[in-house]
Amino acid sequence: MSLPPLPAEAVVVGATATDWRDAVRLAGAALVRSGAAREGYSDEMIRMIDEHGPYVVIAPGLALAHARPGPDVLADGLAIVTLATPVEFGHPHNDPVRVVLGLAIKSADRHLAAVAGLANVFNDSTAIQELAEATSIEAVQAIMEENR
Amino acid sequence: MKIVAICGAGIGSSGILKVNAERVLKRLDIDADVVAADIASLPDVIGTAQVILTSAEFVEAIGKTFADVVVIENYFDTAELTTKLEKALG
Repeated sequence: MSLPPLPAEAVVVGATATDWRDAVRLAGAALVRSGAAREGYSDEMIRMIDEHGPYVVIAPGLALAHARPGPDVLADGLAIVTLATPVEFGHPHNDPVRVVLGLAIKSADRHLAAVAGLANVFNDSTAIQELAEATSIEAVQAIMEENR
Repeated sequence: MKIVAICGAGIGSSGILKVNAERVLKRLDIDADVVAADIASLPDVIGTAQVILTSAEFVEAIGKTFADVVVIENYFDTAELTTKLEKALG
């Protein structure tokens, strides 16, 4: 397994989020729509940030929202939400966030293949801006597909 | 040599640090075992680790350690990882 699948239901382009919690909830809802997670997964992702701080903002403009494998994860899944207006997560260097990834992982044993796929895409420093500027779901899928 | 990558969940962000650290170490021709773990299990995995890779948010929770705590700002910037790993290991 490399990058988890990214069906159209898991992509939201140009979303409006009132704050970081709202942005993470949008990513969680996308994972629910694509069948990767149950409703409760959004709250788990938010709890990780409440507990540990905004460390999920792992690169300038990009948040990788995720929680642990658990009963709220139904399948490995990835969601991408691009924001019409960037939101602040409170990160000292990488704010504001324009692209929120939601990651659901069923088994910790297999997660490295999934994140290696993410590294393949995002080690190219132009990928975040390309995603932020994408105007359609197909364009977002193409950017991820080209680089996986 | 052992390196530990730490995040809140032990998957996701610490996994990205592990994958990219391994790529950088390979390029530097340094042989190291890189382990991804969550902050709660750090005491179980730290062992003789020489370096801990993490975000600023976890430095306080990591606390006192013999390992070099290296804070990474951009997890996808292999140039940043290279510079900071070279410094910590050099």
